[in-house]
Amino acid sequence: MSERVAVIGVGWSGYRPVSPELSYKELMYEAAVKAYADAGVDPRTEVDSFVSVAEDFIEGTSIFDEYVPDQLGAALKPVHTIPGDGLHGLATGVMLVKTGQAHVVAVEAHSKASNVLSLPEITAYAQDPVLNRPLKLNSEFIAGLEMHRYMHETGTSLEQCAAVAVKNKRNALNNPLAAYGANWILDDALNGPQLAWPLIKSQASDHADGAIVVVLASETRAKVLSDRPVWVLGAGWCNGAPSLESREWGTVPYITKAADMAYRQAGIDNPKEAIKFAEVDDTYAYKELMHLEALGLCGRGEAGSLTEEGMTKTDGKLPVNASGGSLGMGHLLDASGMSRALEVVLQLRGNAGDRQLAEVDIGLAQSWRGVPTTSGAVVILAN
Amino acid sequence: MTSKIKNFPGTPLSESDFTEGKVLSIHDEMRPQFAWDTGIGIGSYLAALKEGYLLGSHCKTCEKTVIPPRTVCEWCFDPMDSYVRLEDTGTINTFSLCYVTWDVQRITEPELPAVIEIDGASPLHGILHKLGEVKPEDIHIGMKVQAVWKPAEEREGAITDILYFKPIKEAGS
Ligand SMILES: [Zn+2]
Repeated sequence: MSERVAVIGVGWSGYRPVSPELSYKELMYEAAVKAYADAGVDPRTEVDSFVSVAEDFIEGTSIFDEYVPDQLGAALKPVHTIPGDGLHGLATGVMLVKTGQAHVVAVEAHSKASNVLSLPEITAYAQDPVLNRPLKLNSEFIAGLEMHRYMHETGTSLEQCAAVAVKNKRNALNNPLAAYGANWILDDALNGPQLAWPLIKSQASDHADGAIVVVLASETRAKVLSDRPVWVLGAGWCNGAPSLESREWGTVPYITKAADMAYRQAGIDNPKEAIKFAEVDDTYAYKELMHLEALGLCGRGEAGSLTEEGMTKTDGKLPVNASGGSLGMGHLLDASGMSRALEVVLQLRGNAGDRQLAEVDIGLAQSWRGVPTTSGAVVILAN
Repeated sequence: MTSKIKNFPGTPLSESDFTEGKVLSIHDEMRPQFAWDTGIGIGSYLAALKEGYLLGSHCKTCEKTVIPPRTVCEWCFDPMDSYVRLEDTGTINTFSLCYVTWDVQRITEPELPAVIEIDGASPLHGILHKLGEVKPEDIHIGMKVQAVWKPAEEREGAITDILYFKPIKEAGS
């Protein structure tokens, strides 16, 4: 039970706005091959269990776990699919190792968003069918409601939200995986079509296709297999009350709870001191600010001004979304959280290329499952 | 037993109670739309179907030829990057007689799904299709069959470019 768990290999495919040259299976295969090569393991003989995250509604196939084994090297081996974010998948993999069920686990997450032709309608199916969906509102109205209340309660300005978009779009220019990098100025993130006021399109992420595979191992195996393991110090997850009628619109307490769970496992009392960099959900620019506050990485209502002051830039005190985030890389549906864990691993190993952060030894990845959910997860990784 | 009971306790509901709105419920009709990028393996297969032939792929490590072709070998995880043209004939591995249609209508003449091991592919490797030009009672496991194709101008690169498989008259029979 007490054995630590390490990330010993990572692989990815993408990220691109469209990927017509590859099937989703081939996208997953590309990521899996890289991850197993990185980990130095043969999936047929050395990986004990496989986890993939997928939502049938998005895949367009029921019981999606049937479509997983071949391309992960998991045929006739323990496999299961969970409908959650990639970080939920990682947490599941960690539990498989911690409970002694498996010594080496592969966790996969992917997005073929370009193949979901009616994605807004699919997203709308996450709304309550009796109370909310009959009103026939585009799901992004929920982000508009939340953003408005958050700005109202904290005094956060539209310009401060725009500063998030500018930072992340620019960070993405240094990330070869990112699909939506751009050399923006503040005006670019303040103009453009409205989605659901106060939310404008330039502050909302566009979707991308991609796949990520992470190989986890027990401490014993990690020490044999890897000369640069990245340790999973904590993994937490939480859901709030789903009701659109009575949720706390200006805050995201489920993220705080998920973080507390992860901090507790990691033995972190003061996250502001302990966490050196973070990859947090920025499906919409304002969400990065809400999430930083909920994670305890800054005070309530402070994230906007700290962002304007440059604290979260790559050379700031707490670099946030050096990867470019969802705004810069593209939103990878339920692989979004996994893309953040991947970035944290690459940064910790010193493999982040032009966007490599200086002297980082502990990082945090956080996910949110998008509107209308109150579902999030947090993973803390360290050298 | 129940036939003896004249009046059941409780309030009976009829279908009209729902259609007339006496019992409240919410109806909704989904309009999900998906595309599937076919990619390298299945894309090659569909392109071959459009041309009127069957394509498989071969794993050098396992010495297996599979159909439809795929880019990874599920047994050894090596890439499968050599493609092989196969015959459009094969042997019935298993079949069923379906008396209920796709949209749940009862039928008297059954539909005939079958798994056909394709000649040239490794044993147990075949494709799922339907049988035709055969009486249900004449079908048997091990029967030799051949694809009946749509006319070339009607083929579109889909599994339905093959209409069905029909029995091959065996020599001497
Ligand atoms: Zn093989």
